[in-house]
Amino acid sequence: MLEPLKPVSRGTRIFLGAAFFVLFFAAWGVATFGGFVDGMFLKDPWYTLRIGWSLFTEFGFIEDVGVTIWRVLGGFVLAAIVAVPLGIAMGAFKFVEAFFEPFVSFARYLPASAFIPLLILWAGVGEAQKLLVIFIGSVFQVILMVAVIVGSTRRDLIEAAYTLGADGAGIVRRVMLPGAAPQIAETLRLVLGWAWTYVIVAELVGSSSGIGHMIMDSQRLLDTGQMIFGIFCIGVIGLVSDFGFKWLNQRMYPWAF
Amino acid sequence: MGFLRIEQVSRTFPGVGGGRPTQALERTDLVVEDNDFITILGPSGCGKSTLLRIVAGLEAPSTGRVLLDGQAVSRPGSDRGMVFQSYTLFPWLTVRENVTFGLREKAMPLAEQARIVESYVDKVGLRGFENHYPKMLSGGMQQRTALARALANDPKILLLDEPFGALDNQTRALMQELLLGIWEADRKTVLFVTHDIDEAIFMANRVAVLSARPGRIKFELRIELPHPRHYRMKTSVEFSGYKAELTEQIRTESIIAAQMAA
Ligand SMILES: Nc1ncnc2c1ncn2[C@@H]1O[C@H](COP(=O)(O)OP(=O)(O)OP(=O)(O)O)[C@@H](O)[C@H]1O
Ligand SMILES: [Mg+2]
Repeated sequence: MLEPLKPVSRGTRIFLGAAFFVLFFAAWGVATFGGFVDGMFLKDPWYTLRIGWSLFTEFGFIEDVGVTIWRVLGGFVLAAIVAVPLGIAMGAFKFVEAFFEPFVSFARYLPASAFIPLLILWAGVGEAQKLLVIFIGSVFQVILMVAVIVGSTRRDLIEAAYTLGADGAGIVRRVMLPGAAPQIAETLRLVLGWAWTYVIVAELVGSSSGIGHMIMDSQRLLDTGQMIFGIFCIGVIGLVSDFGFKWLNQRMYPWAF
Repeated sequence: MGFLRIEQVSRTFPGVGGGRPTQALERTDLVVEDNDFITILGPSGCGKSTLLRIVAGLEAPSTGRVLLDGQAVSRPGSDRGMVFQSYTLFPWLTVRENVTFGLREKAMPLAEQARIVESYVDKVGLRGFENHYPKMLSGGMQQRTALARALANDPKILLLDEPFGALDNQTRALMQELLLGIWEADRKTVLFVTHDIDEAIFMANRVAVLSARPGRIKFELRIELPHPRHYRMKTSVEFSGYKAELTEQIRTESIIAAQMAA
């Protein structure tokens, strides 16, 4: 059972994965129904589920969810559009790398959440500010990771392509790009996960819609059930988008999996 | 005159981490005629790959120069096809796409590309595997694909760096016959590196023996076995004669190489 890297069957894997969720909810149930935790701090699962349902049916929570998804995707796509080409250029050309790398490495450590007050000054509390938070949080990370991936293209493949008559442009287009594509896609999947944390932070501060805003409102009403339901929603959406991304990668790059 | 001329080529690698520089090749010469099949035989680490990479243009010589068809070699190009010691198929391309790689670079009409690719897929016996990705192939099949990929480009010279080195004996023997068959049919200039004496004799019109590091071609032996060659020739009297001679030559070099390593 504990033999390193020994594969488990599909059925076992699904069972084990589901088992943890069951245990988790069971522990939660015991803690709340059993009276071990004050309902003021933690509502029970059943209440949380019901209040969640009413959020959707009575309070139009679906719109908040939609707004948040839109922001995440918007900021993330913007970041990818800028970062992927730049990362590729840096990975492929040492000259470009020498120019951008020091600044990007520095900018990577600037915490996106610390920009929020500044961005509110610059861009108000509208959509532009939300997108910018996600953009700043993702773009530098993606640039650096893509640059590393492209820069670590196998040398022997590059040499083989040269002996087959490829020139510099051919190497980038026909060796570096296709070779790096699956890992770049994996990087984007990872960073999309981070984008979710940035959007919620942006929505907690100065926002009138979105999941983060709902959580903030619930705090005012001292409703931990709603807050937990909001947090869970993010988890579920994250899980679904992650599966979707993974599935897409495996379809697009069958040779890499 | 000579189709390929290696003139006074040497190569010294700079020391690693402040260490002493490594001289991989000592000034050496080699002349190869058009459509000739030369094997380069030498102990491990004597600079065989380095020499081949210099001819390919992947490595610059420290001294000397390489001339192909009168042109000085300065960079890699499609006129010198290479099969590497390690597996270098593009993992994201199928067998067919790998073989097409060089032709696409030449912007040849698609129909002609397809015709050439199919013929080489047949020649190396990969019919039925055209749509497989490299990771689904055995080592022997990968090297056959690499061979087809290099041949499809119709290079002036084919550079083979121990292409069958990682294969088991039976597969290796089959691959030797396959390559010889292609050479006998198409005639091409081939420079074939190996450390296997039998392979060096069986494949070649001429064997060039490299000395221990720093490598230098210290001995050449013309192989007069007739073509087409058959694996049974490996047990013939002439073959044994060549083998005895080369074994003696290689033995001294291997001993020197082993002493250097110790
Ligand atoms: N890029 C490099 N930098 C430093 N030293 C190198 C480099 N490439 C090769 N060498 C050295 O040059 C020598 C010859 O290497 P080469 O790869 O040409 O040997 P080889 O004859 O092909 O050996 P093998 O049969 O094991 O493949 C070795 O001592 C090696 O350490
Ligand atoms: Mg070698």
